[in-house]
Amino acid sequence: MLEIKNLHAQLEEEDKQILKGVDLTVEAGKVHAIMGPNGSGKSTLSYVLSGRDGYEVTEGSATLAGDDILDMEPEERAAAGLFLAFQYPVEIPGVGNMTFLRTAVNAQRKARGEEEMSASDFLKVIREKAKSLKIDADMLKRPVNVGFSGGEKKRNEILQMAMLEPKMCILDETDSGLDVDAMKLVAEGVNALRSEGRGFLVITHYQRLLDHIKPDVVHIMADGKIVKSGGPELALEVENNGYAGLLEEVA
Amino acid sequence: MALPQTKVDATEARLSGMEQPQGGWTALARGQALARVREMGLPARRDEYWKYTRPDTLVSAEAPSAALFDAQETPVFGEIDRLKIVFVDGIFDAEASDDLTLEGVTIERLADVAHADIHWALDLYGTLEANGQDPVQRPLAALNTAFATDGVLIHATGKAAKPISLIYRHASETSDVILHHVIKVDAGAEVTVLENGPAAARFNKCMEIDIADGGTFHHVRAQGRDHERRAATHTFARLGRESVLKSFTLTANGVMTRNETVIELTGDDAVAHVAGASLGDGDFHHDTTVFITHDAVNCESRQVFKKVLRNGATGVFQGKILVKPDAQKTDGYQISQSLLLDGDSQFLVKPELEIYADDVACSHGSTSGAIDEEALFYLRSRGVPTGEATDLLTLAFLAEAVDEIEDEALAEEILDRIGSWLLRRRAD
Repeated sequence: MLEIKNLHAQLEEEDKQILKGVDLTVEAGKVHAIMGPNGSGKSTLSYVLSGRDGYEVTEGSATLAGDDILDMEPEERAAAGLFLAFQYPVEIPGVGNMTFLRTAVNAQRKARGEEEMSASDFLKVIREKAKSLKIDADMLKRPVNVGFSGGEKKRNEILQMAMLEPKMCILDETDSGLDVDAMKLVAEGVNALRSEGRGFLVITHYQRLLDHIKPDVVHIMADGKIVKSGGPELALEVENNGYAGLLEEVA
Repeated sequence: MALPQTKVDATEARLSGMEQPQGGWTALARGQALARVREMGLPARRDEYWKYTRPDTLVSAEAPSAALFDAQETPVFGEIDRLKIVFVDGIFDAEASDDLTLEGVTIERLADVAHADIHWALDLYGTLEANGQDPVQRPLAALNTAFATDGVLIHATGKAAKPISLIYRHASETSDVILHHVIKVDAGAEVTVLENGPAAARFNKCMEIDIADGGTFHHVRAQGRDHERRAATHTFARLGRESVLKSFTLTANGVMTRNETVIELTGDDAVAHVAGASLGDGDFHHDTTVFITHDAVNCESRQVFKKVLRNGATGVFQGKILVKPDAQKTDGYQISQSLLLDGDSQFLVKPELEIYADDVACSHGSTSGAIDEEALFYLRSRGVPTGEATDLLTLAFLAEAVDEIEDEALAEEILDRIGSWLLRRRAD
């Protein structure tokens, strides 16, 4: 589904290489996790893949279902099926959550040459999905993420994911700032979306989230590269021994 | 203090070609207003109150010509059940207008009743305008009182059955029009007045509104896109106890627009909200000048102005809250913000508070900014294309001002208008 080859990227503003040859393939139906210490380039990888300004890809490629995504605008990547759940979801005063979601859903449909969703169909679908994420009508009406708690913001990200039905979901430290109950709720939301045709890349510091979202493959990232890959047991090793021991072993 | 000779000359040049309507109950007010004009002189470039807006074309002897603008769109308020009063280049168009009978109000035309010896508007015509000359002079308003050829006189005695819609059409490239409206809202009465249309090549309009205790006045105005129009408008309002005034103005493009609003809260517990949204794309100039005087206890005033500017457009905001010594418990709020969509536009602001009472809550703020890049990326990452995302954020920026329109259907009309403006710009 997502194929990353020898990806190198640096900050546009300064000559500082952050990704130094990332190789990673996430197959449809699989959940891959990336763990790694602070500053290893995990979040940068998510930004580069989603097309945020400020990064320059200097080498390598990234394709989604065979299509080169690095040349696409962020909105084109989204329409192609890429979704990034933000570590820090952005507050947008004045734009209603519902308006935002409907605009996004229909913009993607339009970009793919599909018919737009009618207001009544949209309402039906969103109510159902919001309910399972314990998002009430008030949260749907309020401006996007404004005044939302940390948990509400993350649940709202998952609601967007559920509505947009992407092919490839990247979750950037979705567990940060969540209490245990909120994390469970978010994990349930993600698990409900697991399907044969959809890939997941879960970026996290801690093994805890992976108790709830069971990964098929775990990668360790350090200094801009994937340094080790393995099964779920790799996450447990990190939890028990920390990154230091593991990285020494690799070196 | 004697006026500088250049100002005297400029004022006399403007007055020389003008003719005052004679006789009737307005004669005294007109005479006094003309004297005021001569005493003050018309605005000139050096005047402090005109620091950000050049008055030349508003005071010149001849109105600069303005090409007619074919907007090719249905006029605003089309979906609203309203009583229509149409002026074409300032001349009343009976055929296009509705019958002036409406439950809850009496409506007359100034030109129809000007020859009578006595009229209910005698105490008001030119009176609020004259009061509004202190502490800041507004000579174009005095010029209006002296020379207005027509206007409407609205007396609300109950709840008006529907909004009164003043529609100004522009048919001649050189029309120079002066209209003066007087609105009297009796105790407990309620009326909504709508205004739209380009009116003329040059339009000087004055509206005096007297709201008695417990009266309510709503005002929604849409100043259209016709690029070459020039307009100087004045709204003077006096509010009695527990009365309410809510006024909203949408201004889109236009080379020169100066809207002055002067409000006096004279009765306790009165509420006045003035708000506006401006859209300028090109060499356009929108000046919003507001002066609110709190002269009673526990009154609330709000000024909410938002301007979206690009391609060389200039937005001006001069807003003042004056709280007199006895106006305790005043709640005054003022916000003026611009969204600069490029580096070519400018927003010139002079917010002022002058407070003589000691138990008040007044706040004011002013900002200029670009589109929030973080929010833009967030929207794009969800699949919303840049143009649409920018529009969404622009509408969000304007929302606080548009929210001041109480009636949902009217707010919808204004939002439609803003939406289609944005859509046209996006195609550019």
